[in-house]
Amino acid sequence: MKKTIRFKLNGEPRDLEVERDRMLLWVLRTDFKLTGTKFGCGEGFCGACTVLVNNEPVRSCQFPVADIDNKEVITIEGLVGNNGKLHPLQAAFVEHDALQCGFCTSGMILTAYGLLLKNPSPTRKDIIEGMDENLCRCGAHTRIIQAIQSAAQNMRGGLKR
Amino acid sequence: MKKEEYQAMDFYDIARALPLSRREFIKLTGGGIVILFAIGEPSLLEAQRQRGQPLPDDFNAFLRIGEDGRVSCFTGKIEMGQGVITSLAMMLADELEVPLDSVDMVMGDTDVCPWDAGTWGSMSTRFFGPPLRAAAAEARMVLIELGAEYLQTSPSELTVEAGVIYNKSQRQKKVSYAQLAQGKKILRRLEKEKVLEKPSDFTIVGTPVLRRDAVDKVTGRAKYAGDLREPGMLYARILRPPAHDAKLISVDTSGAKTIEGTSIVQDGDMIAVLHQDRELADQALKKINAQWEKPEAKVDDKTIFDHLLNVAPPGETVSEGGNLVDGEKASKTIIEKTYLNAYVAHAPIETHAALAKVEGGKATIWAATQSPFGIKEEVASALGLPAKDVHVMTPFVGGGFGGKGTNHQAAEAAKLAKMAGRPVQVTLSRAEEFFYDTFRPAAVVKIKAGVTATGTISLWDYGVYFAGERGSQHFYDIPHHRTTAYSSGWRGQPGSHPFGTGPWRAPANNTNTFARESQVDILAAAAEMDPLEFRLKNLKDARMIRVLKAAAEKFAWTPAEAPSGRGYGIACGIDSGTYVAHMCEVEVDRKTGHVQVKRVICAQDMGLSINPEGAKIQMEGCITMGLGYALTEGIHFKGGEILDLNFDTYEIPRFSWLPQIETVLIDDRNAAPQGGGEPAIICMGGVIANAIFDAIGVRVFELPMTPERIKQALG
Repeated sequence: MKKTIRFKLNGEPRDLEVERDRMLLWVLRTDFKLTGTKFGCGEGFCGACTVLVNNEPVRSCQFPVADIDNKEVITIEGLVGNNGKLHPLQAAFVEHDALQCGFCTSGMILTAYGLLLKNPSPTRKDIIEGMDENLCRCGAHTRIIQAIQSAAQNMRGGLKR
Repeated sequence: MKKEEYQAMDFYDIARALPLSRREFIKLTGGGIVILFAIGEPSLLEAQRQRGQPLPDDFNAFLRIGEDGRVSCFTGKIEMGQGVITSLAMMLADELEVPLDSVDMVMGDTDVCPWDAGTWGSMSTRFFGPPLRAAAAEARMVLIELGAEYLQTSPSELTVEAGVIYNKSQRQKKVSYAQLAQGKKILRRLEKEKVLEKPSDFTIVGTPVLRRDAVDKVTGRAKYAGDLREPGMLYARILRPPAHDAKLISVDTSGAKTIEGTSIVQDGDMIAVLHQDRELADQALKKINAQWEKPEAKVDDKTIFDHLLNVAPPGETVSEGGNLVDGEKASKTIIEKTYLNAYVAHAPIETHAALAKVEGGKATIWAATQSPFGIKEEVASALGLPAKDVHVMTPFVGGGFGGKGTNHQAAEAAKLAKMAGRPVQVTLSRAEEFFYDTFRPAAVVKIKAGVTATGTISLWDYGVYFAGERGSQHFYDIPHHRTTAYSSGWRGQPGSHPFGTGPWRAPANNTNTFARESQVDILAAAAEMDPLEFRLKNLKDARMIRVLKAAAEKFAWTPAEAPSGRGYGIACGIDSGTYVAHMCEVEVDRKTGHVQVKRVICAQDMGLSINPEGAKIQMEGCITMGLGYALTEGIHFKGGEILDLNFDTYEIPRFSWLPQIETVLIDDRNAAPQGGGEPAIICMGGVIANAIFDAIGVRVFELPMTPERIKQALG
């Protein structure tokens, strides 16, 4: 059954005709060519495909696209401001060298973003708990925590996008 | 061939030389000033020659100063997170005296980069660095000569700053590299030793520099092989067996055909579904009904060690000295132990992926690989094309760790693209990634060692089965010793492993260091000595003594005989020319067997550190990744059937495992730079095993040291 869904993608209104079960990951990567959202494990275990739906981090490989109807989706491409300026989280990941191969990075940043929206002043323990379901194989964890701490500091007093 | 050479040569069976001819090359480079140079460890190149393989007879890397003043370095090396895109550019910028941001690294493109064996073995900096610097020095000399002509003065009157040549006494007389390169086509080959900058003159090397690829990676702009699209591209899913060596009995693809837009292609044993929508390709694959005959499972993850000992080939002596009989006589206590480790997966977050386009008798491949030139040859052979008609490009690689030297997905994509007449992408599912991984081999180490009444190691008889020899030679001062390798290299022989094995970050050395450093601790306990004091007493190697002392100082180690109850561990080792010493603190839950590593200190002596920040990041990465093989990672299998197919059962390190990590770099600016991507991982099994013993007084002899094994050891 064909159905048109409407949603906001990185701030822009979009609509999409959906006639079967599709996962958000492949819609983003294929229909919208937003390949910053990665396929890592296909079963929701690794977090490389994390995006925000109404400011909640979700595993896009497990998230039916029909469920974004009337919602707002943010991907890594949408974090950069209109002026081209990096989001404080992105800037902090760069400054802290919080990545190596970079394949988990989009999911890490969006999970951290979701965390900071809920808790703008997380403790180290809060960050570890909030990030624990995101996997990184290169072992950048230490610096990812530092980056999130420093971004949180920079973002306090209101989140800017 | 010497043993060390043989080990590194193990990589070469997948990547043979296919040098670009000089004529083809010159066509490609265009204008500017080009310096050709050769890289590679001389002994490796010599060994390859002895194996009858062709070599790049001329050069295998080059740099170009373009007419726009930009400096490009062309190399077959690839960037997979280890940071060479930054460290190589730093060396080049420093030697050529140009700003770092004017340097472009062109990596892993087989049409424009000269042949390279592959990116592994912590070799990029060690073996690429010196000739790259020499080439840059040559380029600087050519530019200064041109500058002298232009400014009508002698080269000795000139100085260079940030890509601009100045007359030392009249600074208004100046000319930029870009101006000098205009309209020029100068080709030089690096012939002789160049006068390099002294380490004290470095302005970029040795300073902390942030990753050059970071902005692309935090914005999602960085492209990996699976992110690339070609018009008309189809996604392929390939029918895979349920177990290695399973035979296809019958197959019914009619179900797959019910999904509109699916095409099914078959080439010999390979059956694939193609669809422009990846999810529909997945669904179509599930609708293929295949019957397989699985061979009888003869081994599993419990019986594998007996099997390996049974099928082990005769041992080869790696090193020996003194006389073992005398060693036994001199020993007050002799201890024999056996150490085991499981198969371990590479498990990069990016699975193997490739996009192939075959048009007009030419193939273009974009692949996630550590070996673009290996793929070039594999694809040429799969398609029956001359190698010159295969062009391989390497976008960013999402982690390799040794596992992306094997790349069957590229030839698969190429064959499918040829059959379909459209570009085809093959991106492995996570289950395929586990199934086709070339695991770090399961291995056994048997050690018989003795210690005198005064705490001197008097006997060391060491045998390693199937891990490989790297790191098997001890570095302690032991009069009577022998090291034997049963099955050299990490691939095993036919019949030894039920599936593929291969190099895994610091191959062999993780296994060997775990065994050696556990045994040394056992000897220390037998001698009733503090494990650090015991090591220092039995060492003469000044570099090892220095890193141990540096680690101890940072850790604030205080002497105590183990088990002290504190949960402190120590281990040290050598890999890729680099010395490392680790200390850690663990907490063991006796009820659950859970181990929490609370703190890890690593001191590393890697000679001159090109990018100290990059080196520390690699050390932290090694320590974090190493927690996995130490504590949880081990493939479960039954014959050729792999039972761990995703991260639910195969547990890799997480944020909650993270210890406090402190790294100490012993920067020796006058020593040659050594490897940095692997050494700090080798001690993680040993240092944690020793800390567990110190905490609870029992020792685990098998990696990974899972809660079950710890509870079992506690009895």
